[in-house]
Amino acid sequence: MGRTLAEKVWDDHVVRRAEGEPDLLFIDLHLLHEVTSPQAFDGLRQNGRQVRRLDLTIATEDHNTPTIDIDKPIADPVSRVQLETLRKNCADFGVRLHPLGDVEQGVVHVVGPQLGLTQPGTTVVCGDSHTSTHGAFGALAFGIGTSQVEHVLATQTLPLARPRTMAITVEGELPADVTAKDLILAVIARIGTGGGQGYVLEYRGSAIEKLSMEARMTICNMSIEAGARAGMIAPDQITFDYLRGRDHAPDGSDWDAAVEYWRTLRTDDDAVFDAEVFIDATELAPFVTWGTNPGQGAPLSTHVPDPASYEDASERLAAEKALEYMGLTAGQALRDIKVDTVFVGSCTNGRIEDLRSAASILDGRKVADGVRMLVVPGSVRVALQAVAEGLDKVFTGAGAEWRHAGCSMCLGMNPDQLAPGERSASTSNRNFEGRQGKGGRTHLVSPQVAAATAVLGHLASPADLSDTRTPVEA
Amino acid sequence: MEAFTTHTGRAVPLRRGNVDTDQIIPAHWLKKVTRDGFEDGLFEAWRKDPAFVLNQPERQGASVLVAGPDFGTGSSREHAVWALQNFGFRAVISSRFADIFRGNSLKNGLLTVVLEQRVVDHLWELTEAHPTATVTVDLEARQVRAEGPDGATVTADFELDENARWRLLNGLDDIGLTLKNEADIAAYEASRPSFKPRTIAV
Repeated sequence: MGRTLAEKVWDDHVVRRAEGEPDLLFIDLHLLHEVTSPQAFDGLRQNGRQVRRLDLTIATEDHNTPTIDIDKPIADPVSRVQLETLRKNCADFGVRLHPLGDVEQGVVHVVGPQLGLTQPGTTVVCGDSHTSTHGAFGALAFGIGTSQVEHVLATQTLPLARPRTMAITVEGELPADVTAKDLILAVIARIGTGGGQGYVLEYRGSAIEKLSMEARMTICNMSIEAGARAGMIAPDQITFDYLRGRDHAPDGSDWDAAVEYWRTLRTDDDAVFDAEVFIDATELAPFVTWGTNPGQGAPLSTHVPDPASYEDASERLAAEKALEYMGLTAGQALRDIKVDTVFVGSCTNGRIEDLRSAASILDGRKVADGVRMLVVPGSVRVALQAVAEGLDKVFTGAGAEWRHAGCSMCLGMNPDQLAPGERSASTSNRNFEGRQGKGGRTHLVSPQVAAATAVLGHLASPADLSDTRTPVEA
Repeated sequence: MEAFTTHTGRAVPLRRGNVDTDQIIPAHWLKKVTRDGFEDGLFEAWRKDPAFVLNQPERQGASVLVAGPDFGTGSSREHAVWALQNFGFRAVISSRFADIFRGNSLKNGLLTVVLEQRVVDHLWELTEAHPTATVTVDLEARQVRAEGPDGATVTADFELDENARWRLLNGLDDIGLTLKNEADIAAYEASRPSFKPRTIAV
């Protein structure tokens, strides 16, 4: 019987397989950041252990870093200590680090791919659940806890139970204004936040094959929000073209050997998935969340659901609590929801294509009065590219704030946070209670919806913007 | 890791599903660089509500959390496990756990027990009616037993794979176990193709 993509990559990394034990898997790339690594390095020290493969390990700073005044000392002393701890650990153990201020610094899941380190058929781990992002390259990539970070540092392997596989097949053409973000939010709403639990998801079908690498990363990034540790997309010419010439992509005869291997990384025709989901791309629409988990979403053109409409008691209770926290009422049109803040950025939507999309909508328009808009590039390289294309001027011209690279408002660990009760439209990945700051209310959206929302001051799609562009004067 | 064989304690019935790790321990607590001192951050936002179950006097000192489905979703932060342990929890019962949280818990000796929602419902009813009821989580017998003062009982067997159970019962160090396979790791490393990425030249 044939094998799925996930099974092929898994099998290629088995160091040891024994009856009654989890497989011992080799890890090709270990990404580190400041939040989930300090206790792991402490563990190495306590046991007199070293980092086994410094050449497969790289660190950056992202979660705690401010996005303004980066030339000044970090104001929060606890954040400062955490960043200093990473710097000391990397120096002590010899780990390559891109700290704040470095041209390769940025959100860890933006940095790996842009350096060409994330490659098809590799295993990639990081103490961060959004490591699933790297699956867009046909890598088996998943988030791990700090104990596992220590394990990988010490052994470059992990003992893991073999996951099941689920195909998410998306056929047809995505309608105008419907993006990868809308697609993945719709998938999560369909299968639920626990639907992918225990599975590696493989996104496939004609709609997926047409997507850019940036769009594929957006989709794989949010696999974890459906409960799946990893999401994957088979590598193809779009993948190879993205990688070619990047700093750490293979070259010369290594490139040819790599591509020959990468071309084998497709699910065999006779392989059987443990579960399958089919999505018709033509039926998708701009999608937003109304609740406090990423599965509580709906098409923008619809209304806040009535909790009483849920048959399942725990879903009904969850919806009631979500509406209470979000300050919404059942039946309210989603388009009528006014926002205070718009955030464009994060490992989900902080890449150059996302910034281009948002800028194309803001160009010639203004952010609505009373709305604050933050645009935060996912990495310094993304920022430089955006500046080279003049996107920063579009954002600032529209009244948005153009910031330095980092995780920023995706999570409340740095100065960019919502105030209690403040409502945002955010291109990030989690709308959990307090995720963007204590008491903050988050609606997850695509970059296009974020930009349109910023202009109109309420949840909106680009199609709602027909007459808001300032006429060009003759 | 501290070994886990069996534990008996009072329970906290948490009637909520989809308890994500941002609720268990909010992000601003993640700036700490130690494994301890997270107890005050556990369910920080919900604990501001005096009616929250963890604030009730009869729940003080309880050590078994009985939660709704999909406990521990979201972030990979192991701090969520440390916060539960720092607060005094030894076991968490739910009908479904998020993968990463489950893995993290078992590596730290916090026993996460999967029981059918029907059984969780019974545990909720019993421990809400009788806050002094004790719940025993017995890893050797792979069984949960709860008994109220009126003689009401809930008994249910649970599954846990034999390897994870053995490591927990003996409090074994995963890294130490893996390093026994040094020869296998070295052999694998020697066979890796040259086109695989490297972060630094060596």
